[in-house]
Amino acid sequence: MSFARYRSVALAVGWRNLHNFFGNPALLVPSILFPLFFFVAFAGGLSRVADLPNFDFRSGYTAFQFSFVLMQASAFGGVFTGFGMARDFETGFGRRMMLAAPHRTALLGGYAVSALVRALFIQVILFVIALIAGMQIDGGVPQLLGMSALGLLVNFAAVMWAAGIALRFRSIQAGPLMQTPVFLALFLTPVFVPLNLLEGWVHTVASLNPNTLIVESLRGLVSGEAFHTGAAFLAALGLGVVFFTWALRGLRAAEAAGG
Amino acid sequence: MNASFAVQVGALARRSVFRTIRQPAQVVPSLIFPLILISINSAGLQKVTEIPGFPTDSFLTFALAIPFIQAGIFSVANGGSDLARDIETGFLDRLALTPMSGVSLVTGQLAGVLALGIFQGAIYLLVGLAMGAHFEAGLAGVPVLLALALCVSFAFGCIGIFAALRLGTGEAVQGLFPVLFVFLFLSSMNLPRNLIEQDWFQTIATYNPVSYLIEGIRSLFITGFDGEALALGFGFSIIIGLAFLAASVASLRTRLTRT
Repeated sequence: MSFARYRSVALAVGWRNLHNFFGNPALLVPSILFPLFFFVAFAGGLSRVADLPNFDFRSGYTAFQFSFVLMQASAFGGVFTGFGMARDFETGFGRRMMLAAPHRTALLGGYAVSALVRALFIQVILFVIALIAGMQIDGGVPQLLGMSALGLLVNFAAVMWAAGIALRFRSIQAGPLMQTPVFLALFLTPVFVPLNLLEGWVHTVASLNPNTLIVESLRGLVSGEAFHTGAAFLAALGLGVVFFTWALRGLRAAEAAGG
Repeated sequence: MNASFAVQVGALARRSVFRTIRQPAQVVPSLIFPLILISINSAGLQKVTEIPGFPTDSFLTFALAIPFIQAGIFSVANGGSDLARDIETGFLDRLALTPMSGVSLVTGQLAGVLALGIFQGAIYLLVGLAMGAHFEAGLAGVPVLLALALCVSFAFGCIGIFAALRLGTGEAVQGLFPVLFVFLFLSSMNLPRNLIEQDWFQTIATYNPVSYLIEGIRSLFITGFDGEALALGFGFSIIIGLAFLAASVASLRTRLTRT
């Protein structure tokens, strides 16, 4: 009984968010275009980088950048869902949902479901565009499914991070606080060149950044040369657990503040 | 008539400058965000300077032009949002009851953006030099650089004013922010045009006026005084600014007639 009610709340919240997302071009179009422009700008504008000495990536620079953009699009799918959550709480709708839901964690589940569907939708579009653009894929179907799954774990961690902020501030004005740290965490990885070609402080920071493990593993999967895949899944899962705890504490803060 | 024009512009310009100063939420991100990005990107892309034909051995020096354009893009959002707020609160309608001319209203609104543009230009130069960038044009190049920064702010500021008058809401003007970033991404921001490998990307970058704004500023850092690059930089920024200024005055006339 309890699980059925939990599921019905989560699905209702998820459905509402997805309805808003797919029904509003102002939300849908930037979500599709932004990762595509990153992909075009990085893969197209910087393809010469693949000619650098010691740049050894057998699937080419398009696939190299695709892996980063896939991670970025998945993460931002989660962050943008957090924007919607903040707006719901700002307008008082979140408070009404909290009054109506027997298990309030189901609200988090609903937002997470909508974020996952959004990320999956963007992933499919990215894959299609990349294939049209002639991206070389050396990994097989299991590797591509692995890439998608890893992206979805990143998406879960990001939506939980954003939810924690949204529930604490309950205002869309907290938007920069949701996206700027994610943006920095993503760009402090080997975005343009492999880790061994990074120099100075960025190399040190990127070596310590768990997202580096994830993006390098995504590159390993697309090129069919597995690279710390298990460790990357563990890192993404670990981030998800940490930020889920962060979001739960945010939920308690929102409850204490009266929604 | 001329004295009256000066008084009208002066009054609005003073209000615009003070309004900008009093909004640290506008000033701080537009200063900090480009510096963080250049700091990350210049470390991440330093290896690119090893590509044969790259014009300098410091990617920081090469990339230091980018914050100037990013500041311009921020000025669209900031200047446009300020005017949109005037429209939403009815301040523009009250101004319409005065004998103030359309041109003075538009140019007066730009003052805050222009003042911020010069301030940002000086900060980017100082921080860039402190980080180890070279400025080939030397002391004589500083006023030229600041004048070009002013022209870039003028161009983007006029786009912001035009957008505010056409769209009428701050939210819609903010929505232009990612669109303008696309112009930045599809330019010669990360590589000189002759080193861009993909023909289609090189073509887009060649037709993209933002490439010439970047290259004008970049020439002062890398080659000193390059007449052609500077002429194109100044020329495109002034043409863009004047075109959108004229369009803004026409839009203002339409909006006031409707009012």
